[in-house]
Amino acid sequence: MTLDELAAALEPVPQRGWLIDAVAAARAEPESVGRAFAQADRRLGRSPLPGPAGDAGWTPGRAGRALLLAAVADRPDGADRVAALYQRGDAAERLAVLVALPLLPIADRAVPLLHDALRTNDTRLVGAALGPYAAHLDAATWRQGVIKCVFMGIPLAVVDRLTERADDELATMLAGLTEERAAAGRSMPADAVALLDRLTAAADSTKPSSWEEQ
Amino acid sequence: MRIFDPHIHMTSRTTDDYRAMAGAGVLAVVEPAFWLGQPRTNPGSFADYFDSLIGWEPYRASQFGIRHHATLALNPKEANDPRCRGVLDLLPDYLDKDNVVAVGEIGYDSMTPAEDEAFAAQLALALAFQLPALVHTPHRDKAAGTKRTLDVVAESGIGPGLVAVDHLNEVTVGLVRDSGCWMGFSIYPETKMSPPRMVEILEAYGPERILVNSAADWGHSDPLLTVATAEAMLAAGFSADDVDLVFWRNPVEFYGQSGRLDLSDIAEPPPSFAGSSIARGGS
Repeated sequence: MTLDELAAALEPVPQRGWLIDAVAAARAEPESVGRAFAQADRRLGRSPLPGPAGDAGWTPGRAGRALLLAAVADRPDGADRVAALYQRGDAAERLAVLVALPLLPIADRAVPLLHDALRTNDTRLVGAALGPYAAHLDAATWRQGVIKCVFMGIPLAVVDRLTERADDELATMLAGLTEERAAAGRSMPADAVALLDRLTAAADSTKPSSWEEQ
Repeated sequence: MRIFDPHIHMTSRTTDDYRAMAGAGVLAVVEPAFWLGQPRTNPGSFADYFDSLIGWEPYRASQFGIRHHATLALNPKEANDPRCRGVLDLLPDYLDKDNVVAVGEIGYDSMTPAEDEAFAAQLALALAFQLPALVHTPHRDKAAGTKRTLDVVAESGIGPGLVAVDHLNEVTVGLVRDSGCWMGFSIYPETKMSPPRMVEILEAYGPERILVNSAADWGHSDPLLTVATAEAMLAAGFSADDVDLVFWRNPVEFYGQSGRLDLSDIAEPPPSFAGSSIARGGS
């Protein structure tokens, strides 16, 4: 989903005029964005958008917030303004920032927001922190995020490029958690078991077999 | 019987209270920001408190199927502390949040010049953010305080229908009724107002424009006194419809003026919330 596609998906929304004015105001006067950002959900709506945008989880409120973020993000202090909207936001506003990050021209400057979201115990924020913008996370933080998903019961499907990034270290951590769970008589989520099986099989196939070692 | 408690400080209550309230028919609450029993020394303490009133408490309430909204303000008592004046500058960042349905509690504690200033400034904020206002009346010198409260409300330009004047009693109810403001009553185990006295007031003044709350907090109070008062109304011969008006439709109408009251069913409570969970044994 791109910003242009979100703007197109918002065309049938009745309060679109309010959003267009708010985006223009945010460009002209970036301080004004805070109020519009807080109001966006109740102005624009919380039901899924029709079409592919809705299928991808976008609501009018969240798409509107993405466009408001874009209106302030391409300034020299854009990343700071995005961070301020996150820090002053309620849970819905913070979630809207996290899902919009990959669409904004701020390179890796919003990584501290992912760190904040990963420290919470809000499953929505933790999951959103592991979307496409998590490409900017270092491997150790990313692995801790994945393990936290398993811990909190967040489906691993939320993790962007999981297969590509999962490595031996993650397999070791998953195996350790599996052992702890087994000791407590608790099971692992099926998607975590499947991931560990895949990683273990891949590791075995690259190991020299016993007769080659002799 | 469905109960909406329009004034209760759940931050000071336990999850057992939430369970008992839900079991007794309390489906919705509004939690006004207030004094925590000891002074706060800087605006940052209020920012964290406000964040909890629009974050953690709604989550906790949702675990029991109770809808939780908040009113935010610098309370009258702490308006007198110069270290807390900066809270007035924080409020505009919070008054646009979805879960905020009024400015409150504002009003008078000791009727000082600092309280005058904070009260007027926050009525202006209510006007600017198109929110109702929840106004506390003082525990001491209540009749004079209520009269002065109504003068300040009239002077502010806010419509009386957007103002609830709370903690009323037999002495102050008439003044508030004549002003056009909503009449709030806090039912306490010993002080303020009891269920039988409340029923007498309802018999004398009728159920229109009346809000009945438990104002339960960290003091001697009881979150189920709304339910007890509703039962006392029925026992005294009020109809189930009268009870529904006082304990549901009136608070819905008053706070609904914010345009932000969301009473749709809670689909499925989120499993946990930032920083901690009330579930034990999990993460």
